[in-house]
Amino acid sequence: MRILIVGCGRVGGLLAGRLVENGNDVSIVDANSRSFRRLPEKFPGRVVLGTGIDEDVLRTAGIEQANVFVAVTQDDNTNIMSAQIARNVFGIDRVILRIYDQARAAVYRQLGLTVICPTTTVAGMIEEEVLRSTTAALRSS
Amino acid sequence: MYIILVGGGKVGYYLTKTLINEGYEVFLIEKNPLKCHTYSERFGSVIMQGDGAEAATLAAAGAARADVVIAVTGEDEDNLVICQMAKEKFHVGRTIARVNNPKNEELFRRLGIDVTVSQTNVILSLIEQQIPDLPFVHLMSLRHADLAIVEARVAEHSPILDQPIERIQFPPEVIVTAILRKGGLIIPTGQTVIRAGDELICVTKREREEALQDLLGI
Repeated sequence: MRILIVGCGRVGGLLAGRLVENGNDVSIVDANSRSFRRLPEKFPGRVVLGTGIDEDVLRTAGIEQANVFVAVTQDDNTNIMSAQIARNVFGIDRVILRIYDQARAAVYRQLGLTVICPTTTVAGMIEEEVLRSTTAALRSS
Repeated sequence: MYIILVGGGKVGYYLTKTLINEGYEVFLIEKNPLKCHTYSERFGSVIMQGDGAEAATLAAAGAARADVVIAVTGEDEDNLVICQMAKEKFHVGRTIARVNNPKNEELFRRLGIDVTVSQTNVILSLIEQQIPDLPFVHLMSLRHADLAIVEARVAEHSPILDQPIERIQFPPEVIVTAILRKGGLIIPTGQTVIRAGDELICVTKREREEALQDLLGI
């Protein structure tokens, strides 16, 4: 699979390393060259310096050949814009993006994008743990 | 008419001021608390501190009853999301986005923004109008319909010199709406005769521009 990732933060860097290990062809874009330090040593994929909301940058990163597009920069709106460029300009079916704000996540999910919202996911996981400890406390009392 | 503006930079500031003076009901959303403080001293309570891409902020500003949302921040990605949230979540009828990178105009329209304003393109066209010797200038592009309003000067060797408009075969989809001659304005009729040096203000389809230029000897 040819995968293009926009944003080389902790998530983007980790994801790029894992996907390469599984034999995928990965390109990664970030606006800050220091971010690429998060990639594994001798990363075999393509590394492109630039903003993920610029069609020319995305072209350089090989978006025209990509099967999957992932947007995981720190900025929700950058992820939203680059994901829509990937889908509406370059016609990529599989577009996955991260949106922290749950209201925005809901709107763009409705527009057909695959949205991961860490805020709701993490809050849900923590809530589960909290509930589990209160049940345990109740049981032991 | 109720207008919500997002982004209190220079553009947002002067737009707010002008629209208020013209009697519109205006509300400005700006991220920076310091700016909000200064502006509220000048405009009164029509300013709110917040992130215009956030649903809660838009709701508090009354987006549900807004007729127009205008996003004029310095970041294209923010302007896009502000307008899309206004449309998708609050069903705002008309959204206008400032586009900082002119390449994004086309993209924004494709993504459902009603009107885009690219400063770069606007300034470029204003500069073109001020350069005296340009015989063919775009005054305005109406890209939804692929139309343009142009100003074109009739050359000395144009084939249509000294003929009345009714006898001239203009290219299809070209209309001469006004003629500027020696500083005066002429609203043309079929009998108006074209002279060398006349400035024709035309509405034209983009693809007819070249034919029009040929006809005027440009």
